[in-house]
Amino acid sequence: MRRYHESCRGMVTRRQKVAATVVTDDAGRGGTSAGQDNNAGHQGGAGHGMVQLITPSGERVSHPEYDPWVRDVSDEQLCSLYEDLVVIRRIDKEATALQRQGELGLWPPLLGQEASQVGSVRSLRDDDFIFPSYRENGVAYCRGVDLADILRVWRGAASGGWDPYTVNMAIPQIVIGAQTLHATGYAMGIQNDGADSAAIVYFGDGATSEGDVNEAMVFAASFQVPLVFFCQNNHWAISEPVRLQSHTQLVDRGAGFGIPSMRVDGNDVLAVMAATRVALDRARRGGGPTFIEAVTYRMGPHTTADDPTRYRDPNELEDWAAKDPIGRVHALLDRKGLFTEEFEAGVRTKADAVARELRAGCTGMPDPEPLDVFKHVYSTPNSWLDRQQDHYSRYLASFGDPAGATQEEGAR
Amino acid sequence: MTQMTFARAINSGLRRSLDNDPKVLLMGEDIGTLGGVFRVTDGLQKDFGKHRVVDTPLAESGIVGTAVGLAYRGYRPVVEIQFDGFVYPAFDQIVSQVAKMHYRSRGAVKMPITIRIPFGGGIGSPEHHSESPEAYFAHTAGLRVVTPASPQDAHTMIQQAISCDDPVVFFEPKRRYHDKGEVDERLDPNSAPPMGQARVVTDGTDVTLLAYGPLVKTARDAATAAADEGVSVEVIDLRSLAPVDFATVEASVRKTGRLVITHEAGQSGGLGAEVAASITERCFYHLEAAPVRVTGFDVPYPYSKVEMHHLPNLDRILDGVDRALGRPNSLSGLEG
Repeated sequence: MRRYHESCRGMVTRRQKVAATVVTDDAGRGGTSAGQDNNAGHQGGAGHGMVQLITPSGERVSHPEYDPWVRDVSDEQLCSLYEDLVVIRRIDKEATALQRQGELGLWPPLLGQEASQVGSVRSLRDDDFIFPSYRENGVAYCRGVDLADILRVWRGAASGGWDPYTVNMAIPQIVIGAQTLHATGYAMGIQNDGADSAAIVYFGDGATSEGDVNEAMVFAASFQVPLVFFCQNNHWAISEPVRLQSHTQLVDRGAGFGIPSMRVDGNDVLAVMAATRVALDRARRGGGPTFIEAVTYRMGPHTTADDPTRYRDPNELEDWAAKDPIGRVHALLDRKGLFTEEFEAGVRTKADAVARELRAGCTGMPDPEPLDVFKHVYSTPNSWLDRQQDHYSRYLASFGDPAGATQEEGAR
Repeated sequence: MTQMTFARAINSGLRRSLDNDPKVLLMGEDIGTLGGVFRVTDGLQKDFGKHRVVDTPLAESGIVGTAVGLAYRGYRPVVEIQFDGFVYPAFDQIVSQVAKMHYRSRGAVKMPITIRIPFGGGIGSPEHHSESPEAYFAHTAGLRVVTPASPQDAHTMIQQAISCDDPVVFFEPKRRYHDKGEVDERLDPNSAPPMGQARVVTDGTDVTLLAYGPLVKTARDAATAAADEGVSVEVIDLRSLAPVDFATVEASVRKTGRLVITHEAGQSGGLGAEVAASITERCFYHLEAAPVRVTGFDVPYPYSKVEMHHLPNLDRILDGVDRALGRPNSLSGLEG
């Protein structure tokens, strides 16, 4: 019988989430940090202050409780953190461009959340284990995940981009909040093994509404496991503001489960680092889990398939642009006389090189083979799936060219 | 008649239901201001208010569980699960609560809940966005499971689902959301064919080709292609997956003697298995060949670069038609 090919229109849309809304007090100076809760409509908060060590204008403010945790961060390390922030933003920008150019099916931008990701991941030891959502691509970079591997999933060339055991970081989780339970179980394993490593789990403000996340906090508190709940409150779960998810500050949710909780300026890389170190230290000493609310903002769309102009006030963007995570470190380095032309040029060169490597890794990635569909379903061969594979390869062979037959439809 | 997209036809049906019954309300993630990620609920919150078109917190079990309570209170909740792969956190509420409440309360409590789920693949999405979980629900007693394949059916069947006193899982073929068709918005859903009824889409005499949801269009195209070669294919749009309208399928198979079933979901334990078994039981002596299934493989939904290998397309369906007819096909020479 003649062969026909159905054409099929690709559609944009997808989902996932992460997010939240609160107007943060960028007042937060001096770390004891203002403490006033500016979340309109939020009630019953315990009035947690927001830990801040670098103000949006780049002033290093002291905080008696948190300063000791970052006292060892040298000028050189501060410069290195700045480079991370810039490189990650560049990765994000390049990946967004690759999506617009049809090289990626989808991309979840992390624009604005660089400090939350860098400050936390740079606090970890190699033997700690990370459970990310889908937006932690900056974390993946800092963890040493190969650049092409970061994009593999978003290019539609695999279901998971890397081997979690080579970098001690799980593959991205798209089902909202599911990874919090996995992290809790992993931490139970660490505890049983008597190790002093820890697990950290990334999720967003929207995820805190899911049953899984609440169950994870119940288990983690009950068993006092070595785990850091790292909640990036980026204020928006696709179109839903954080006030729809919670009538308290998110940090109070952790406290409600009996988990020590901190609220930090998520756009302040140093504050995030201090808080994460506090949490990791507690975990290693057998003190159980910690909940960190990193208050940040999703400057971009939920994903490249989203259009935030339908639901978001542009003024909000302006407010948050003034609290940019990179700008404040730039200003701080400037104050310290560290932001030299040479330094700036070095960072730029690095970012350019990473962007080039990212693009090359993406466009040069080999397409999967048709029969890859059948791979890795089970750990051992199984007769009925083998039969389906055999039948399908006979089907492909009936076209003469095994690969050509059904390629054009939908395969990008 | 008005030309409109599949998505717009559902929107229009939802609007009519909201207009006609004050007890109807919509709940889901991003369905309000955004109008849903597929824009199916576009403009409804603006027109009906935040208490009838409700943006919910991000919790699927919460959405369905609270719908049970609203139904207890006499409401007719229409809930949206944003994507097929995200329905599972609500699985317990659907299977243990929604499906059984009428039975457990000896008929005292009705659960007129409609659970809208965009399903199926072919749109180049990442994982959990392209699944076909209909068999899980079709297997659950107490649930009705339907899926429209045309804008007119989408418009009519969503209204029938909402007015049905039983819970209905309403699967929307997401890759057809932008397909356009003629829709008669004045058609009374009560006088239209009931959602539980299958529909003969294309008359034929040589082989019965059964499809539903996204593959009905593909099946029609296959019938057109087969006609070029003198093979007459009768296409049936199943429409209701639970209960299945076996009478319509049986009548067709008694005429053609051959049956091909196609769906995107994996083969094992799928709708095709149920239909093949039931039709074999009902009209064994009218069958000229074993029923043929052309389905997705028994694998997790694959990543987008290879998803079109997983999805039955026109050629694979025609290959199945050839098998049912004993014509040369990709498995010629193989036993069984």
